[in-house]
Amino acid sequence: MHISPVLWQFLIKWLHASALFPAEASTIAPMMDALYFFLLLLTVIGLILVGSLIFGFSLRYRRSRNPVATQVEGSTLMEATWTIIPLALFLVCFVWGALLYFRIYNPPANSMNIYIVGKQWMWKAEHPGGQHEINSLHVPIGRPVQLTMISQDVFHSFSIPDFRVKREVIPGRYTTVWFEATDVGTYHLFCTQYCGTQHSGMIGEVTAMTPADYEKWTQQSTSGMSLAQNGERLFASMNCNACHNGTATARGPNLAGVYGSKLTLTNGSQVLVNEAFLRDAILNPSSHVTAGFNPIMPTYQGQISEDGLIDLVEYIKTLQTNYRVQQTQVTSQSNQAAPVTPEMVKP
Amino acid sequence: MPHETAVHEEHAHVFVPQHRHHFETEEQQREAGSFGMWLFLLTEIMFFGGLFFAYLLYRNWYYPAFAVASVQLSVRLGAFNTVMLISSGFFMALGVWAAEVRKRELLVWMLVLTTFFGCVFLGVKYVEYKEKWEHHHIPGASFSVAEFVNPAAYGIDEKPLMPDMAKHTEIFFFLYFAMTGMHALHMIIGIVLLGWLTWRAHRGEFSAGYVAPIENFGLYWHFVDIVWLFLFPLLYLINRHLVH
Amino acid sequence: MSTLPNAVSNTIVRLPDQATATIPKKNYITAEHGLLSWLLTGDHKRIAMLYLISITVFFFIGGAFAGMIRLELLTPQPDLVSSDTYNKFFTMHGIIMVFLFLVPSVPATIGNFLIPIMLGARDLAFPKINLLSWYLYLVGGALTLAALVLGGVDTGWTFTTPLSTHYLNTHVITAGMAIFVAGFSSIFTGLNFIVTIHRMRAPGMTWFRMPLFVWSHYAASILMVLGTPVLAITLVLVVLERTVNIGVFDPTKGGDPLLFQHLFWFYSHPAVYIMILPGMGVISEVISTFSRKRVFGYTAVAFSSVAIALFGFFVWAHHMFIMGVSNYSALVFSLLTMLVAVPSAIKIFNWAFTLQKGSITFETPMLYAFGFMGLFTIGGLTGVFLGSLGMDIHLTETYFIVAHFHFVMVGGMLMAFLAGVHFWWPKMTGRMYPESLSKLAAVTTFIGFNLTFLPQFILGYLGMPRRYHAYPAEFQVLNVLSTAGATVLGIGYMLPLLYLGWSLKYGEIAGDNPWQATGLEWQIQSPPLTENFVEIPIVDYEAYDYEWLEKKQKEQVTTVG
Repeated sequence: MHISPVLWQFLIKWLHASALFPAEASTIAPMMDALYFFLLLLTVIGLILVGSLIFGFSLRYRRSRNPVATQVEGSTLMEATWTIIPLALFLVCFVWGALLYFRIYNPPANSMNIYIVGKQWMWKAEHPGGQHEINSLHVPIGRPVQLTMISQDVFHSFSIPDFRVKREVIPGRYTTVWFEATDVGTYHLFCTQYCGTQHSGMIGEVTAMTPADYEKWTQQSTSGMSLAQNGERLFASMNCNACHNGTATARGPNLAGVYGSKLTLTNGSQVLVNEAFLRDAILNPSSHVTAGFNPIMPTYQGQISEDGLIDLVEYIKTLQTNYRVQQTQVTSQSNQAAPVTPEMVKP
Repeated sequence: MPHETAVHEEHAHVFVPQHRHHFETEEQQREAGSFGMWLFLLTEIMFFGGLFFAYLLYRNWYYPAFAVASVQLSVRLGAFNTVMLISSGFFMALGVWAAEVRKRELLVWMLVLTTFFGCVFLGVKYVEYKEKWEHHHIPGASFSVAEFVNPAAYGIDEKPLMPDMAKHTEIFFFLYFAMTGMHALHMIIGIVLLGWLTWRAHRGEFSAGYVAPIENFGLYWHFVDIVWLFLFPLLYLINRHLVH
Repeated sequence: MSTLPNAVSNTIVRLPDQATATIPKKNYITAEHGLLSWLLTGDHKRIAMLYLISITVFFFIGGAFAGMIRLELLTPQPDLVSSDTYNKFFTMHGIIMVFLFLVPSVPATIGNFLIPIMLGARDLAFPKINLLSWYLYLVGGALTLAALVLGGVDTGWTFTTPLSTHYLNTHVITAGMAIFVAGFSSIFTGLNFIVTIHRMRAPGMTWFRMPLFVWSHYAASILMVLGTPVLAITLVLVVLERTVNIGVFDPTKGGDPLLFQHLFWFYSHPAVYIMILPGMGVISEVISTFSRKRVFGYTAVAFSSVAIALFGFFVWAHHMFIMGVSNYSALVFSLLTMLVAVPSAIKIFNWAFTLQKGSITFETPMLYAFGFMGLFTIGGLTGVFLGSLGMDIHLTETYFIVAHFHFVMVGGMLMAFLAGVHFWWPKMTGRMYPESLSKLAAVTTFIGFNLTFLPQFILGYLGMPRRYHAYPAEFQVLNVLSTAGATVLGIGYMLPLLYLGWSLKYGEIAGDNPWQATGLEWQIQSPPLTENFVEIPIVDYEAYDYEWLEKKQKEQVTTVG
């Protein structure tokens, strides 16, 4: 930034205090605002230019001062000028905007992941440690946070204006966005895609806290089971371990360490195993058969909620060895002894 | 809705009866009518285009389901229908010629044959649709993937599909009904217009040098024909092999 | 120097002597009598008038909904109406304004009236299809009103699936069918224009001798003809999805809700150019007439219309940047969006430089044209904000978008429509409107418009989402400003309705050419004969040939003197 940071802060804070400008509460916010002021400058200059031409010519060539018009066909030079200069300026906007876009939609590798499930008309946030929030999101400052989001019904859109991030939350697949909060405070959370009756009620608060406070908060708000632990229970109760049991003769591929790896499918293509792949493989297994295995996995479409899928995905992500899978077989056997409490494993 | 050149009124002070007074010459009128019909056909291409795009997308995503579902369509009936439509188009072209050489009787017969083959086409389509209903292949509440998940039980010599892929056959059948249904709708409209044109041809309206309605309708009819020539391979011939 | 009378007056208006002037006895209005002669007419001018009445009715219905929206938004709480009702308000406002007002506004009224005359033809190529267009428009309008009366529809004018297909109990199908039918009205109008422009130009009227008004309608017609059918099939799919539940947009059945978005925006982006291009045509005519000059860079302006139409087909996914399209496809669409902005910039500069060395007067159409240029510049440049990928992330789905499209559509298109109605009012009716009152209305709408929509840019950056019934309290001041502006704007729009109606009986007789303008329409009587021309003209001069006009007037003066 070539502008003095002091001046910049003064401008932003003054505008924000006058309720004319959002707070800059994330690392990306100043970059977004810089592009905005550049575009604003272009607009003001453009308007002044057009306005002065109109005003100036109207004054100078008004009929009482210039009773006879001089016919002018045009000028190729001027056409070229006002084609090339706007085009160049627009291309600058394009490049700058594209760089910003790629920055916002490509999360850094070390971001912590929080799942967001949107449904009419509320937001559910699920932290990996098992903390569940409704219409609220607690995040630490100074750490990149990635949101992996999906909708249970219609299109929604997750927006935190003060962080300058927004992403559509759609049914059928995950969308992601990331941010790094910089200032402690509470900020608006909005749903910005019209989703029915209570669209304007689908709002909440994002609370950014110091890392220490965030730790305290996670301790206090845990429901006891992390997402992965919930997933482990589901893995057992849905009998995934019948085929994915990690033995050499298993009917299903070994899931230990599969997350993040490059997998070869039966049709020869190679895919990166990420959250979206895992979710899709559970719902549409016939299109995601690992090479060397038969297409016998049944689909779980309609049998697991998005929350359940998130739990399973988180569980598979944490699998590094077969140990936990073996544990689920123990759990399923012991489940036959005592039924699992309903809210733990949600069908 | 197909374009029909403006109905001609009798004007005592113009050269030919069909000449509308806002055109300077009859030639201008004829060229405008033809151009208008071509433009209208362009809009029809865009209209069907949306369905073709959806087809492209889903065939790419769910090829196994599309391939298996396509084999369940009767290629014999489809091929027969293709021959029917081509014949219909052939007779339409002959009808245009007959109008140009002012042969009234021939024109009427050609229009009748055009209509006849068109009706045969629609009749076959009815048979096909009815069969689909009986096999529970009509998308919606009555759709069933049973034949795709367990073909052996129905005497079908085909590899079974996994249930999640089998569900996608509903999308294939939806596209089948939407595309052929839209096509059939255009054919029905065309046949109604053919009826009207045949009656007017019988009265001699098109055998005295005024051929524009026949020509322009011919354009429309050939377009409907061409759409079918794309639909047939796309829907019936995806992975054609002998089934039973 | 010139010895013309009015050499130093500040108006170019020259009316016949009011004491002796009369409306010509034989004209398209008096040619036949009776309601049926209007309802079954083939005369493009009568059809234009029928359209004018119909779209005015729908404009005020849509405007009433806007008033209700702004009234509700005076307070942060959802206290005026229920949420469902509010959602219906903005949906109906959008559907009516877009499909029943903006799309047909200039083409179906001014375009229908003038294109044959400007080309030297007696009518459009297919008068019966033209009448059919109007009836289809009425059916579409009736179905929309039916949807309204039966309880309304609350999908938003964008019909986003799966909300519209699976999650609403309102009259989505009726509304969908209404737009389907209205779409064909638009297609047939465009088809008629294209054939007329290609085949029915008068002898000597080459493409580059046509007025720029015709060029913009040609470009808009290409969009109407190629784009609208895709909307039609999309609506068919929505209706089928709703009734039969086929799964084409339903992810649980393997369908893709983004497919709907692609299909919908493939039409709806070109639609915005369908709406604005005819307005740009009006501006060309008005600027040229009131500067007494040929438009600067005629060829550039003509080609830029076609360029906008062409590029306009390739940018649709800029409405979908945050919806999960791949980053790389977003890149391509953003680049193309920047390209489509350039021809509009070219036009603005060409119009501005038309003023240079002109002889400028400030009658009402010119005021509206100036308003257009300023407001369209803002609206268009804010479009560049939205086309810039990163910026769009923060601004999309907020009031910034609402402000952007109202600037181009209302500050731009509606002002152009009013400019055109005022400019050609004397030609269509034979009477002049009252100049002082109309200037007042123009200034009122300008002020009201800015007060309504400038605060919305700020609201958008603050993050206020669109289609919100309730909002956080800190947004209230800006919302109140906006509603205040809307009130002024509403008054500004009521005024023309009143004085234009008044002028039909009491306005001054205009004569053939009150503006002393070039163009074939000003060489015939006002109102024109049914057959437009007694004799089809032979055109051997360029468009906007003010030197020829000067010469003609000098000859008249010398012959009289």
